[in-house]
This record gives sequence, C-alpha cells and structure tokens, in this order.
Amino acid sequence: MATRGTGPLPRLLGLLSAGLGAALLAVPERLAEIAGLDHLPDHQTILRGVGARELGSAAGLLSGRRPALWTWTRVAGDAMDLSVLGLALRTGDRERRWRLAVTTGVIGAVTALDLFAAASATRAARANGRVMRLRASVTVNRPPDEVYRFWRDLANLPRFMRHLESVRVGGDGRSRWTAKAPAGRSVYWDAEIVEDRPSEVLAWRSLPGTIVPNAGRVRFVAVPGGRGTEVRVELGYAPPAGRLGRMVAKLFGEEPTQQVKDDLRRFKQVIETGEIVRSDSSPDGTDLRRHMMRRPAQPLAG
Amino acid sequence: MRANCWMGRNTVEVREVPDPRILSDRDAIVRVTSTAICGSDLHLYDGYIPTMKKGDILGHEFMGEVVELGREVRNLRVGDRVVVPFPIACGHCAACTHGFFSVCENSNPNAALAEMVMGHAPAGVYGYSHMLGGFAGGQAEYARVPFADVGPIKIEGDFRDEQVLFLSDIFPTGYMGAEMCDIQRGDVIAVWGAGPVGQFAMASARMLGAERVIAIDRYPQRLRIAQENTGAEIINYEQTDVLEALREMTAGRGPDACIDAVGTESHHPSGAINAYDRGKQAVRLETDRPHALREAILSCRNAGIVSVIGVYGGFVDKFPMGSLMNRSLTLRSGQCHVQRYLRPLLDRIRRGEIDPSFVVTHRMRLDEAPQAYEVFKNKQQDCNKVVLTA
Repeated sequence: MATRGTGPLPRLLGLLSAGLGAALLAVPERLAEIAGLDHLPDHQTILRGVGARELGSAAGLLSGRRPALWTWTRVAGDAMDLSVLGLALRTGDRERRWRLAVTTGVIGAVTALDLFAAASATRAARANGRVMRLRASVTVNRPPDEVYRFWRDLANLPRFMRHLESVRVGGDGRSRWTAKAPAGRSVYWDAEIVEDRPSEVLAWRSLPGTIVPNAGRVRFVAVPGGRGTEVRVELGYAPPAGRLGRMVAKLFGEEPTQQVKDDLRRFKQVIETGEIVRSDSSPDGTDLRRHMMRRPAQPLAG
Repeated sequence: MRANCWMGRNTVEVREVPDPRILSDRDAIVRVTSTAICGSDLHLYDGYIPTMKKGDILGHEFMGEVVELGREVRNLRVGDRVVVPFPIACGHCAACTHGFFSVCENSNPNAALAEMVMGHAPAGVYGYSHMLGGFAGGQAEYARVPFADVGPIKIEGDFRDEQVLFLSDIFPTGYMGAEMCDIQRGDVIAVWGAGPVGQFAMASARMLGAERVIAIDRYPQRLRIAQENTGAEIINYEQTDVLEALREMTAGRGPDACIDAVGTESHHPSGAINAYDRGKQAVRLETDRPHALREAILSCRNAGIVSVIGVYGGFVDKFPMGSLMNRSLTLRSGQCHVQRYLRPLLDRIRRGEIDPSFVVTHRMRLDEAPQAYEVFKNKQQDCNKVVLTA
C-alpha cells in the first residue's frame, strides 16, 4: 500500500537542502561574504552548523519517509535562519545590509515554500490515515493462466472497471492510468507492477507523486475439479483531504465496495461471454448505483 | 413499434415505444409473429412481483422472424424463424455449461438487486421485473434477443406458430416438472394446477411413463382439457377433499410424486384460510400463498418427490417442514432450463407424440392485450391460454 504520495515538492526541497548543506560545509567563508554575514563573530561555526542541519534535512526528505515531519524541520530551520539574519541586520554596516536584505528575501521565499510543503505533507499524512481498503471476489469459469493473462494486460482493466478511462502500458513496465472525474474531467497517475507471479498474483502500486496514492493486488486460485478460478481483489486508495478528496470520494460512490463488486461482475461477463451484458433498463450494463430502476424496460429511443 | 406495457397493478396498455436495436454483438432482433400470455404474467399483473416499473414491456413467451443480427451470431440468418426461450443465458458460465440455463451467472445485469432478496441471482428473463434484469419483453412487434447464438431455436418445417410457440416456456416447464419426478413404471403423479403448465406437466408425465396422472383444480373447463388431452383423472378441490381423495385413489400410499404447477397465488377452498393468507400477503407478512405446495407435501407418499414449477417470489409461511423431513421427501424446483429441452421436445412434436396447440382457447391481436389479460385472469369464456398475434 502506497502511503507516501505528497507530490514531488518534499524531494525537491531535499535536493535544495543537500546542495546548500554541502556548500555551507565546503566554503562557509565565501557564502558568509555573499550573504553579508561575515562581520558576525563565530560566523563560520554558525554556517557550518546550518550546513550540517541542511544535510540532515536532505537525508530525511530524500528518504521519502515521513515527509510531513521533515518538511516541518525545514520550517523550523528557516525560523532559526531568519532570526540570525535579524541579528546580523542590526549590527551590519550599510553595504552588508543590502546583501542581508537580499538574503532575507530569498530565505523568506524559501520559508513560504517550506510552509506550503509542510502543510500539504501533513494533509496527505492525515489522508493516509483514512485509506479506503476494498475487497471483493468472484469465481469465473476460466483457468487461472487465462484469467491472469487478462489482468496482466492492464489495458484490459477499463473494460470492466467503470471509473477507469484507460490504462496505457509503457515500455518500462510502468503504466499511466486515467480515471473519469466528475464534470467530464479526468485524473491520471502512473503505476508500477510490484508483484507478478504468473497465474497466481499480480499487484501494482501508484508511483510517488500521485495525487491519489493507490494500490491493488489480485490473487488467482484454481478451484479444484476444473471449476474455474477464484479471483480475489484487494484495492486501497488514499484520497487527499479537501476538495480533491471529495471529488475522488465521489468517483467511488457512497458504497465503494459495491462498485468493486460491480466491477468484478462485469469482469466475469467480459471474460466469460466476451461482452458487457446490457438490458433495456440497464443499457450500460451492471451498475447498481446508477441504473437500477431508473428507466423502464423499453428500448432506448434513437 | 407497438408494445404491451405494465402500467401498474391490474393495468396494461399497448403503447408506441422505440424500436429495439442491436446493443451487443451477440444480439438478434426478432419480428414477433406470435406471443402468449403466461400464467406467471398474471403475478406481475396482480402486482405480486417486486421491482416492476411503469412502462415495462411484458411477455416472455414469443417467437418470430430474425430481422437483424449482431456480428457474433453465426448460427442464425436474417429471415430464420425462431422460438426464443424465456431465460436469457450466456452459454459460457459454469451454470450454463452444466445445463442450468435459468440460473445463468451473467445474463442478469441487475443481479445485485436479486441477491438482496434471494441470496444469489437467477438469470435475466424477458419482461419479468428489474430484479430479473429489466429486459423488454416479447408482447411487442419486435424484441431484442441477447445471446442469440445460445438461446433461440430455428424452426424448420411447416409447423403452425401455435404448435411450436410453447417451446419458449410452458411446454419445457411442464416437461421439467415431470422429469424432476424421476418417473418409474407404475408411478402415480398428481399435479396441482390444471392450467397450461400443469397440462403440459401431465402430458409429459405420460410421455415419461407414468401409470396414472391426477389433475387438481377448481375450473371444470381446465380439468376437462387435462382429462381429454392427457388422460388425467381429475379432482375438483372445491367439491372434494384433496388429501382424502388421493389416499383413496392410491389405496393409502399417496402419489409417488406431486407437482406444484400453481405457485404464488394459489387459492384455498376454505374462505377463511384463503382470507388469512391473502391478509398476510397484503401486509407483507408473506409474499406467497402456498396452499397448493402445502397440500402437495402432505399428500405425497413417504420418500416421494415434490416438484415445484409454479412461480414463487419471496417467502412462504406455515411451510410443513416437519412432514417433508420426517417422511424423507425430496423437494425439487427451478425455473425451467428451457435451452436444454428445445431440441428434444421439438423432435417429439415433429414425431407427432404431442401437439402443444391443444392448450390454446383464445387468439387475439396484440392491440387487444389489455382485454386479453382480463379474460385470462378471470377465466372468462373458459379461457385456458391466449395467443396474441401482431
């Protein structure tokens, strides 16, 4: 289950920290001059300390774990830096104040970026606490190897997963999934296969940076006596908080488990009969939520 | 096109509706030449089957000419004359491959609705509620037939429609009711309900070797048709105590097998008991009135078979489970797996072993459907079976 998805920002900040930390440790005197801090007593010690702190933040942020915590340590570091700059401004001469003002402006902007990243990461971490986990299963009258091959070609999934528009499989084993969103829009994400045992198990996970981190795992089990295959599906979604989260929640309806069951019913229809079964009252096929009893059993007009 | 639509309890209307179109590659469109009203259509008409919607096109017994075919249907051609089985079946799921077409696992897109009532879902059926798929029925000028490569049987030879139309439902249904009785030489088979399904069950029991067949009903005309066409002995339950009569006729043994060809709206000769069950049905304490089934169980000989082909919708009350269990009875039932019987029963018709048209008493036009439902429901003019033609 992917729980990291908070966008690329924490990693970018990690790279920034790494570069800055390395520079501060390598050439503290030169940077002190540029920033306008070289008049402070102990400025070398201060800048080396800041450099070590930055390298620590970089390690945390680039690890990909707990981005909320590490982005907040950056915000705390920013506060320290700004207070040092305030001290320097009070004691510096006219020429240094100009450079200090520029430095303060740059750090201020970085602080704003860090605050944004920290707030987003915190929201995402909270959303991860609300991961939707769905399970459903179905028995189909086909052997496991055939059922596995059908799922392994991920491009087949939109044939029965109603919320998906398309899955495009790239050459590198990664795939781009496009889902229908309300109001005719669509959302997409990239995923990779993380477990692949032919005729037994297939699992995938969205790549870091996905707005809706998600993962799925399907097990294929032969039913003894040539009675086909049990297909057991587990899906997990971590909808983000806020407006986007509500939009994603809408995608899965009020009864997400029912939707997965409907998906599997359509999967069974497709693999056993070659088509989605349509009736006059349900011309788009099985969809408990949308079509049940909505129109009479009469042919569609036109 | 014109089609007979359910418009609420006790109301059907022939209305102008859109023509059906091919929706899937395995579909066919059939121009309906003959269609019948089934006794089970009366359960819809009387409002006892849930999940009906105003405007639903009725009818699950129909035949006609193929006018359009989906790309995947290779066993039929435009112009073929076909009879269409009432259960819609995909032909590939586990149920279909074992011959249980009426519990096809794929043909009911609203299976989840049926699962709420029945635990698991049966197949889709033409014109028989949204719980059974929400398919438009065949009491219309045209009908869309899904999985046309599996269901319809092509009719060759100069049969009249009336001779083959009932392959769509009531002949195979009656036949399966008799087949479930495992008939042995010397067997006595009692059939509750001498309507067309019961009449076909009696005729089939004879074909399968029953020694004696006993018909139980209250309409003299229906008992007469059964007697004349199947050689059945008859019991009018309004004049005779059924259990006593059956004991007497079998010297105390009871019939070897009992067929319930009545179903959910059975009638009891005692006004009080009838009113009791109707009352419970009205307040939804039970959805079905099972007098015939109760009597069939109590009448059956020890270790005999009770075969249920009358349609039930939901739950029954006062079910004599003690009698069933303690006397080693076997209960068998099912909507008919029509596809299984089409070929062999058509062969029996071709060989002259039976002419199913004996059940027809009324021939009317599709436009007269509302009147036909009233006549059939109230058994006016000794009505036994109505065939509607365009």
